[in-house]
Amino acid sequence: MTDPLISARDLTVSYPLGRSFLGEKHVLNAVDGVSLDIYRGQFFGLVGESGSGKTTLGRALLKAAPITAGNVVYRDEERGFDVQSIKGSDLKDYRKRAQLIFQDPYAALSPRMTVRDIIAEPLEVMKLTRNRKETDERVREIAAKCRLNLEHLRRFPHAFSGGQRQRISIARALVSGPRFVVADESVAALDVSIQADVLNLLKQIQRDMGIGFLFISHDLSVVAHVCDQVAVMYLGQLVETAPTRALFARPRHPYTSALLSAIPSLDPDAPKTAEKLEGEIPSPAAPPPGCKFHTRCRFAQDLCRRKVPALRELAPGHKAACHFAEEFDFTRAAAAPVPA
Amino acid sequence: MSLISVRDLDIRFRTDEGLITAVEDVSFDIAPGEVLGLVGESGSGKSVTAKSLMRLNGDNTVYGPKSSIRLTVDGKGIDVLALKRPRDMAPVRGGAISMIFQEPMASFAPALTVGKQMVEQLMIHTDMTKAQAKAHSIDMLDRVGIPAPDRRFDQYAFEFSGGMRQRAMIAMALSTSPKLLIADEPTTALDVTIQAQVIDLMKDLVTEFGMGILFITHDLGVIAQTADRVAVMYLGKIIETGTVRQVIRDPRHPYTKGLIDALPKLEDLDAPLTPVPGDIPSPLNRPSGCVFHTRCAIARPGHCDRVPPAPRSTGQGHRVACHYAEGLPVEEPA
Repeated sequence: MTDPLISARDLTVSYPLGRSFLGEKHVLNAVDGVSLDIYRGQFFGLVGESGSGKTTLGRALLKAAPITAGNVVYRDEERGFDVQSIKGSDLKDYRKRAQLIFQDPYAALSPRMTVRDIIAEPLEVMKLTRNRKETDERVREIAAKCRLNLEHLRRFPHAFSGGQRQRISIARALVSGPRFVVADESVAALDVSIQADVLNLLKQIQRDMGIGFLFISHDLSVVAHVCDQVAVMYLGQLVETAPTRALFARPRHPYTSALLSAIPSLDPDAPKTAEKLEGEIPSPAAPPPGCKFHTRCRFAQDLCRRKVPALRELAPGHKAACHFAEEFDFTRAAAAPVPA
Repeated sequence: MSLISVRDLDIRFRTDEGLITAVEDVSFDIAPGEVLGLVGESGSGKSVTAKSLMRLNGDNTVYGPKSSIRLTVDGKGIDVLALKRPRDMAPVRGGAISMIFQEPMASFAPALTVGKQMVEQLMIHTDMTKAQAKAHSIDMLDRVGIPAPDRRFDQYAFEFSGGMRQRAMIAMALSTSPKLLIADEPTTALDVTIQAQVIDLMKDLVTEFGMGILFITHDLGVIAQTADRVAVMYLGKIIETGTVRQVIRDPRHPYTKGLIDALPKLEDLDAPLTPVPGDIPSPLNRPSGCVFHTRCAIARPGHCDRVPPAPRSTGQGHRVACHYAEGLPVEEPA
């Protein structure tokens, strides 16, 4: 792998919360100093609980959420952009190259448009084709890739099931020929029997078209199956990032380990999870001092309450932000089976 | 003695397009202290089945002539489907049976405090005084692990976080000491960490209160960790039923096998994800013969699309509605 497709450094997205009566400004850091690299053709997974800032991070990379600080560099074989300051015609060009697939296929498709018009809309809005014939050709080509036939293109979304609708959403996101795609909880609304089908389709598209994917999900077992690299997010920060296998074999952050052990096992006789996360994710408006995870961490020491742990490399490509990442083996008590 | 006994349940809905079959020939029992897991894809009829136990389906519902739902409370039998007036249903709805829903935010009235809603239902279903009802509600909030319950009692649902709201919902559903609890996807909207907490809580409560639970979910992992017995539904029919271990370790119906194969497993990251091919057919045109034959890999033309398979026993309490539940025939039909 050469240069990253998307490279974020200390990316921060904050929203104002008003002022206190002394005029002090309150801000909420939805994304708080995140650095990550996504390469061409990579399936990059982003996991975390609701409220951890996954969606905001994905949107900031697409310039769909305001970037408060830090920078994001996009570079493909033709163009490169500084995403945080991109404007005008460059922004239009970036929209063509970076796309988003939404979570809910029932809400994302207009009920009044035919499937053909839904898929063709980005081409028409971005004026990527010269005439209707060319548009139709592109639509048919991408529809075939997403396993939709000509008969499907004439119908309206209500005639389709959840899995088929998600394939329509995917076709629309891919029609402009993007190099980078953010898939935000794209299988969360689907039944398991269909979920596997959509995941396999996304994987095939990634291989065939060499697209870099940011795959946002709360489901670790799905991420484990499709992603090459995984980042775990907690309260706006990355707490651990590693190649998928390394992460699942030996999580180096207690939060990752707790997330893993919370997945209900298919084995009714699986040993009861020794490790339970108590409580819930604190409000991002008032994050705890020191390590943000210390309020729920069973390994927390005095140091954790005072000092913010740095995200540091522990093994090639494996980074974690825990004071005790080197000392403790967090998997010891974990009930989740460890892959070989 | 089973708590609730459902026999030959047929549910059809009158619509502009004619009668639509939502549930066909469903029978099951739940004993006190037993958790029955009901699994299936969206559109399989899980929720319609559950709602029929409290007669919560709409006015266009037609129950089959042979269907019966018998609830046994304190030695007395109630024929739920024979209840006519809303007044007669009151002891069933919220009294003997309580329900918790998937989306706790949509289930609490937004303009009333949580406490007020809890007291209201206790006033309807029990003969407690208002003060007793309040004390009991606060006690229940405490039992489900809500910190500072007396303060929470006076708050509104929007002031609760997602996990808290689901706990409050459980506290409310259990405060009338129901005999049967229907839990319709109670953990689907929650994060895994919170889901694990709620599952633990529900297990503790079954042990403590000894009630029966009908646990509806599409997540087989959640079923494996909570249920004693499982019923798998497809297009309104129960296609396989048995103990959790029988169904998950030795699934005999191709659909159950398909659901398990489609699940991403953490133990084996190299295993390919195998989807169940095709989509669930529209209830407007139910397949003839075996309802699953349009998506089944082992379906035999001429047999599976003509003859509906009768549920057959493949072991103690393990019943499967598939012609080939004992294995495929040796000779290949031409």
